Amino acid sequence: MEFFISLWEALPSELQYLIWTLIKIIVIVAPMMLAVAYFTYAERKIIGYMQVRIGPNRVGPKGWLQPIADAVKLMFKEIVIPTNANKVLFLIAPVITLAPALAAWAVFPFDEKLVLADINAGLLYILALTSVGVYGVIIAGWASNSKYAFLGAMRSAAQIVAYEIAMGFALVGVLVAAGSLNLGDIIKAQQGGLFSWFWLPLLPLFGVYVISGVAETNRAPFDVAEGESEIVAGFHVEYSGMLFAVFFLAEYANMILISALTAVMFLGGWLSPFQGWPVLGPLFDWVPGFVWLVIKTAFFMFLFLWLRATFPRYRYDQIMRLGWKVFIPITIVWIAVVGLAVVYQLPWWFD
Amino acid sequence: MKVLSNYFKSLFLLELFRGLSVTGRYLFKKKFTVMYPEEKAPVSPRFRGLHALRRYPNGEERCIACKLCEATCPALAITIEAEPREDGSRRTTRYDIDLFKCIYCGYCEEACPVDAIVETRVYEYHFEQRGDNVMTKQDLLAVGDKHEKQIAADIEAQAKYR
Amino acid sequence: MTLEKLIFYVLAAVVILAAMMVVTRRNPVHSALFLILAFVACSGIWMLAEAEFLAIVLVLVYVGAVMVLFLFVLMMLDIDLAVLRAGFIKMLPLGVVMAIAMAAELILIVRAENFGLDKYAAPARHAADYSNTEEIGSVLYTVYMYPFEIAAVILLVAIIAAIGLTMRKRPNTKYLDSTNQVLVKRDDRVRMVSMDAEKG
Repeated sequence: MEFFISLWEALPSELQYLIWTLIKIIVIVAPMMLAVAYFTYAERKIIGYMQVRIGPNRVGPKGWLQPIADAVKLMFKEIVIPTNANKVLFLIAPVITLAPALAAWAVFPFDEKLVLADINAGLLYILALTSVGVYGVIIAGWASNSKYAFLGAMRSAAQIVAYEIAMGFALVGVLVAAGSLNLGDIIKAQQGGLFSWFWLPLLPLFGVYVISGVAETNRAPFDVAEGESEIVAGFHVEYSGMLFAVFFLAEYANMILISALTAVMFLGGWLSPFQGWPVLGPLFDWVPGFVWLVIKTAFFMFLFLWLRATFPRYRYDQIMRLGWKVFIPITIVWIAVVGLAVVYQLPWWFD
Repeated sequence: MKVLSNYFKSLFLLELFRGLSVTGRYLFKKKFTVMYPEEKAPVSPRFRGLHALRRYPNGEERCIACKLCEATCPALAITIEAEPREDGSRRTTRYDIDLFKCIYCGYCEEACPVDAIVETRVYEYHFEQRGDNVMTKQDLLAVGDKHEKQIAADIEAQAKYR
Repeated sequence: MTLEKLIFYVLAAVVILAAMMVVTRRNPVHSALFLILAFVACSGIWMLAEAEFLAIVLVLVYVGAVMVLFLFVLMMLDIDLAVLRAGFIKMLPLGVVMAIAMAAELILIVRAENFGLDKYAAPARHAADYSNTEEIGSVLYTVYMYPFEIAAVILLVAIIAAIGLTMRKRPNTKYLDSTNQVLVKRDDRVRMVSMDAEKG
């Protein structure tokens, strides 16, 4: 032990910093991968239950080892690269989808002091990274040199660009209300119990954000990019084995990210819902903030699955109409309302 | 007025929430999944599973090589070759069913004048080698011998509907 | 060499390489992808220069939106490279002259006498809580208020004009109106009839 400590102190400070950051990244990413694995399990179970089935229950007790079995299976599968595919881009594409989904967690506040990089422009950083994620899909579709894959990529590109605008505007509302781009400060601006959170004054933006989040991650009912009944599996038809698994990981990591962001932007992140209430407030004081964050995130993750189990897929023109003609006007109007409320210091939230 | 109420409905996603409540309720409904290898769903006597050739109680095979089943088979899965046996009776020398071609329509069973070819209730079978999918006469007779009791009972139960 | 300098040189090399690939690649989609790489590396350099707002907005706007649409169009086009390169030799002398002229102009302006390191003091370092975003925002909405707003209005006019020019209703095409489809009720389509059973 002594030896290791002296070895550590012998390292130059920049290297120490680098190693520390790497350790922190692993501490964030490893549980994230585990969460993704069990999110797929939860999806199969919950959708099964909603369809009066019981879902996977054979591998391990109650099927708990199912995701691990799936992962092992995918790892040992052959990776098929189509003959006329662009090899480099074909292999890079899944990585490009996964990387932003994981990198966005860098600025995410897990608790009051628990942030990897507490930067000023955290919100912008996340917006920028989520917008980069499209490239994985587009490049995958193009590099596969397959018509179905290409159609899926085109659909998803158009869809993601359309909904990114609505999503960005919804977040503009949040940052007008909070007066900061730092995620921690946005949470701190929501101090004071369930009804002080931004979901209430920003209700339309909240709805728009959640729905465009579903569209942004290409999940049902907005999954025309995959559309298995029309274009087989969309942009990842040609992918197999581990490459396909990486797309899968990215999709679920994105869902968790969007859920967590919704919890931060509109439901007060790590804040207790009973903060400052007469009886319940002190009663729940002992609960660590991280637990509240996880509960709120889990709710939205469940919502993703619930939506998938309930709604049929949108038609492509309906998706475009919803994004451009409904969401963007709603957000613009409500940003104006929020702006006025902040300027005139509307009581309760903005005073 | 109606336009207004429709706007209200679609803006507040009322119908979508109703849909969510339906699936939400079903989340807690009792599940009726059959735990397959341990539990099995009931099988009808008309079930069309693995094929079998039957024998008369005295051990003589029923099939008289009339080839009606071969003629009626829509998937051309049945191949029959026939020759007179030493005792002069007409019998098959070859009776193959390719189970990869077979669509389990049951026409062969319907066509058979002597109830020789039947489809049994057996639905759990597999092949481990290429070529095993072609059931030969011996295979079919063996299946028939093994399940004769069940087959006879099923035919008996269905006799009045035929 | 400090870590910062190392990062700068790596990013700079990536930008230059990617920019060269943009003009030399045959396949337009590859060119566009290299352009994206150049943007991303550029935003890294801006980040080093403490311009985090601009760096992130570069990624958000150019990489996240403009280049997506660009790629969208490029991938749909079926570009015949043979036709494009047909006039290459004929135009080459003109191109070389233009290139030399451009390079000469650049060298005349951008050189040590005008932009040498001794002419400019190193910018002051800012503390961690210095917000670039706020600075830009306050300048944009006070000092440069009118140019900013006028630019916005011009963009808006351009958008409306572009839509106005391209939108036309063709008489023979049939459009679906989602609103009407959604508003259809069962009673609009189904008529319940009671009739006697047919006598067989």
